[in-house]
Amino acid sequence: MQTPTTHTYLAAELRLPTNWPDYTILGIYFVVVLGIGFAARRSVRTSLDFFLSGRSLPAWITGLAFISANLAATEILGMAANSAQYGAYTVHWYWIGAIPAMVFLGLVMMPFYYGSKVRSVPEMLLLRFDKWAHLLSSALFAFAAVLIAGVNLYALAIVVEALLGWPQWVAIVVAGAFVLAYITLGGLSSAIYNEVLQFFVILAALIPIVVLGLKKAGGWDGLTDSLTKAHGADFTTAWGGTGIGSDNPLGANWLTIVLGLGFVLSFGYWTTNFAEVQRALSAKNLSAAQRTPLIAAFPKIFIVFLVMIPGLTAAALVPGFGTADSGYQYNDAIPYLMEQLLPNGVLGVAVTGLLAAFMAGMAANVSSFNTVFTNDIWARYVVKGREDEYYVRFGRLITVIGVCASVGTAFLASSFSNIMSYLQTLFSFFNVPMFVVFIVGMFWKRASAVSGFWGLLAGTVAAMVNYFWIYKQDIIDIPSDQGANFVSAIVGFVAGAVVMVAVSLFTEPKPAEELQGLVYGTVSPGMSEPPAAGDDAWYRRPALLGWGAVVLAAACYIPFSF
Amino acid sequence: MSEHSGHSEHSEHSEHSDHSGYSEKDVQREVSELQAKSATAARIFDLRRIIGGLFVIYGVIVTIAGISPSDADLDKAEGVNINLWTGLGMLALGLFFLAWLWLRPTAPPTPEVLPDERAE
Repeated sequence: MQTPTTHTYLAAELRLPTNWPDYTILGIYFVVVLGIGFAARRSVRTSLDFFLSGRSLPAWITGLAFISANLAATEILGMAANSAQYGAYTVHWYWIGAIPAMVFLGLVMMPFYYGSKVRSVPEMLLLRFDKWAHLLSSALFAFAAVLIAGVNLYALAIVVEALLGWPQWVAIVVAGAFVLAYITLGGLSSAIYNEVLQFFVILAALIPIVVLGLKKAGGWDGLTDSLTKAHGADFTTAWGGTGIGSDNPLGANWLTIVLGLGFVLSFGYWTTNFAEVQRALSAKNLSAAQRTPLIAAFPKIFIVFLVMIPGLTAAALVPGFGTADSGYQYNDAIPYLMEQLLPNGVLGVAVTGLLAAFMAGMAANVSSFNTVFTNDIWARYVVKGREDEYYVRFGRLITVIGVCASVGTAFLASSFSNIMSYLQTLFSFFNVPMFVVFIVGMFWKRASAVSGFWGLLAGTVAAMVNYFWIYKQDIIDIPSDQGANFVSAIVGFVAGAVVMVAVSLFTEPKPAEELQGLVYGTVSPGMSEPPAAGDDAWYRRPALLGWGAVVLAAACYIPFSF
Repeated sequence: MSEHSGHSEHSEHSEHSDHSGYSEKDVQREVSELQAKSATAARIFDLRRIIGGLFVIYGVIVTIAGISPSDADLDKAEGVNINLWTGLGMLALGLFFLAWLWLRPTAPPTPEVLPDERAE
């Protein structure tokens, strides 16, 4: 899930001493990225190939793409910043704020998504509710995706300017052009293949930073000792100081963490955000689709260490890291350690990893945007019934337009001091109402066709009113942006649910035969496919993978709880 | 293309379904038709080759940078020859992917046969 960070600007003295081997590594990466785009182009024959990889990819690829789409650089820098500022609270964004939702997606929701053969999350709403819910959710999603792609592009530009000295517009044009090229050429296959590659490059970038950082800070014991001395004992625990009414820098207590982050925000992001779900929908069969988020859950449990430890290390090495006195911002944690610790060679890998992560974050949004805009808006309401080739061409065209629009929104992002908080605000506006409509529609078959639209509208408006009016105008005092996001999410969820129930009680239910495979307890015809050979192996059983991830995440809390 | 007459067909067919005007059956049929013509399974290259190749190249470059490290580099990295270790690690990952590809090669594409029987 998304993190709070305070500032986006990197300290100007963080210029990295890159040399030609570093640039060779970066250059090879860009060549390979484009090569994947050109090679994937051959595989695009139908619109299903372009937007959903022909529903044919194996689970390990979709699973790693699923995690990589989330592992954008805003997430990496933001989580490290979060750790430098708040300490080990960061683990909540992973172990309670991601794993339960990912497992729920794989075990409970994926049979409905994949089995009904929908091509997008909004299309599911079209089947379950009506075209108004569909149109509203498609429009909201397309809008959010462009904004978030723009945030990634803007964040990339300021990091590249600080680290490499490239002017912002050069970074924006270069990164935008590469993402544009490989998605326009190869569609989703190209985006997914690049995401899997990015996953490994990002790991290769972060692991040396963690190892050397820990060594410099005197190992884990040395690290916790100096942090306890500087910030108090709660800084290296997950739950210390989160009692209701007690004060902590996060501005949240255990209840808002569990309900706001762990339930509403997290489930909204992981289960109904099409940029994530799209990866699972491109899997080759139902078993692979179910395993996509479950395979992703295991790296997700451990990635927190790769981003939290650099943040904690920076906080331990530099007294007052992140405050004005130190000369560094919280977001500088990883760039600071790169500059301090990495010699040329590994430094090139780390720079490549960061750029790869920015491109992954942007590409995931662009590739889901073009799918929703083409299939759900254009082909459904604007230009209907043309031949399939037309929609492939249109998908390529709208990719170009989407990238150009996100360059524009990059400038919008610059007016918010806290990029990640801004992202999370957007997610609470767009994902949470979508999630409530989904969950009510899936588990309550009485929910009527028109209730979807009103629930979605009410949830979105309520979350926005809470954020922009009640919080920003200080009607109620909430200590931090992050705390306000948690509350906005809960408000949006409750408002959406209440309105859906009220509207349903006064309107006709949907006939039972139209709900087959769309509500819990029914089976869609698509799920009767026989399982593929080998999918019954014990290590491929979704229930085992899912519950294994939950147990492992819970076990990870133990050393951070006492 | 005549195969894609789906749109016009289901607009008549779904007139009695007054709610969404578009039912799950329409989606199932439309996507199944497209999936039957899809070329991804048959034509997409094997990603393991790309990951393997890139990491072998990176491994070699970074390992070479770590073969005779300068004192300044070593001091910077807390006395660890980080280039050597990272390079060897990346090389190992690259070789792992190439070995996986070699031991379990891509199933030969079943060119243009019944698309429903697409190979794993």
